[in-house]
Amino acid sequence: MISLPQLQISSVSKIFSTGEGEIVALKDINLDIQSGEFICLLGPSGCGKSTLLNAIAGFSAPTSGSITIEGKTVQKPGPDRGMVFQEYALFPWMTVEQNIAFGLKIKKLPKTQIKEMVDALLEMLNLRDFRERYPKDLSGGMRQRVAIARVLALDSPILLMDEPFGALDSLTRRNLQDELLRIWTAFKKTVIFVTHSIEESIYLADRIVVMTYRPGKIKKQISVSMLRQRDPSSVEFNELKKELSLLVMEEQLRHNQEQIKMTTGD
Amino acid sequence: MKSSLLNKVFDRAQGFLVPVALVALWQYLSSHAIVNPQILPTPMAVIAKWWEYLLPTEAFDADKSSYLAWMFSGEMPHDAYASLYRVVVGFLIGGILALPLGLLMGANDRVYKLFNPLIQIMRPIPPIAFIPLSILWFGLGNPPAIFLIVLGAFFPILMNTIAGVRHVDSIYIRAARSLGASQTTMFLRVMLPAATPYILTGARIGIGTAFIVVIVAEMIAVNNGLGYRILEAREFFWSDKIIAGMFTIGLLGLAIDSGMNRLNNYLLKWHRGIESK
Repeated sequence: MISLPQLQISSVSKIFSTGEGEIVALKDINLDIQSGEFICLLGPSGCGKSTLLNAIAGFSAPTSGSITIEGKTVQKPGPDRGMVFQEYALFPWMTVEQNIAFGLKIKKLPKTQIKEMVDALLEMLNLRDFRERYPKDLSGGMRQRVAIARVLALDSPILLMDEPFGALDSLTRRNLQDELLRIWTAFKKTVIFVTHSIEESIYLADRIVVMTYRPGKIKKQISVSMLRQRDPSSVEFNELKKELSLLVMEEQLRHNQEQIKMTTGD
Repeated sequence: MKSSLLNKVFDRAQGFLVPVALVALWQYLSSHAIVNPQILPTPMAVIAKWWEYLLPTEAFDADKSSYLAWMFSGEMPHDAYASLYRVVVGFLIGGILALPLGLLMGANDRVYKLFNPLIQIMRPIPPIAFIPLSILWFGLGNPPAIFLIVLGAFFPILMNTIAGVRHVDSIYIRAARSLGASQTTMFLRVMLPAATPYILTGARIGIGTAFIVVIVAEMIAVNNGLGYRILEAREFFWSDKIIAGMFTIGLLGLAIDSGMNRLNNYLLKWHRGIESK
């Protein structure tokens, strides 16, 4: 039985105009994502993976092509697509509790219901003892937990994550990856996760979408069928890692050559 | 442990070293008649005058007033109250005008372009330069003084509010939009709090300017208040009262500034770089 994809990206291109001409950030992207899928967008910096995520989020419209969710075209940002940023983007003037409740207050839910939901989220993400703290008093990992809780509170069917664990140390990172997988399994969310870490993408994704460096196109899509919890030291994991490394390195090289060209003014 | 306590005492004492030396020099100069005591009275004379200026002028009479009212019936409490009243009223009016305009100008480019040229022309004119016009317009008394203070407080608050709104990190705006925030929520719960560090800096500069302006305005447009009192004392050649008055002005300024500082720390307890005590 084939269900209609939840998210359809059709012939999407994005062109940025700069002083020195035009940059084709995305070119003819076609991607169908099923409900409940865990997708990783993988590629070197400058490959347009964040641009694509921002387009899905509705922050910047594509120059051509369309993005539809459940058949409806994406026009602007909305709580049906919760976004988690690498920089956490917590509101520093709000406590942990107030940050998590922000989206719920916008929905004008009754106070008791908000409190119940916030309590449950604090519990789930091990943030109980931090409820009254301000973000400045939290570690990076804790902040990202709060950011995830804030988005989960909205109960959006789609989670957009822009290198959310990029700034964390490797232990915290693995910890949060496991937590994310747990949440993803429990809530059956669709996750679109941007990363430049090959290992992270193999550890997390159902499907890895490798992107090319300028113009950003889809180079290859790889489905990962390994059972979770995946073992990064297994043969299967490492074979996939080798394959992906070759693909990503090609793009990284083009990125480097482009940088050299720019600095020498060729 | 002992040495650290000693260090602490020494640390505290350090701050008093220069003022004590200065007062000692002052005492020496005036008591040895090196400087005419009419021009520079001794520190003790100034303190005595300050005390006299502070105390009630009439004996306590339970029929006329309560004890508390009597306590504050001296000349100085009256003057300090008059000055403080002008500062607070002027500052509040200035702030109430500057804050919404600053928020609008910061958030909306069209409003910014509409008002910015006028503000750029007005801003470099020191409020003091408005004295002649303010007297022509408002006569003498509180109105011209408060008008000048409003001007003095208005521009620093306005400029800082505009800067505050313009410097709101776009990541907060994006996060709020994706969480479904409406325009009103964005303005009140994101932009305004994000801009508070700037706004409070503006308020602090604004109240400092207001305090400078009140003293000058009182020297010219009104006949009470601390500024008026020290100018009046000059006419009678009461140098001890001039210095006592200046001392009061200094204390009041310090009190206002530390009050603002407390408010700042309270409102910005979430802010990085503010030490929470």
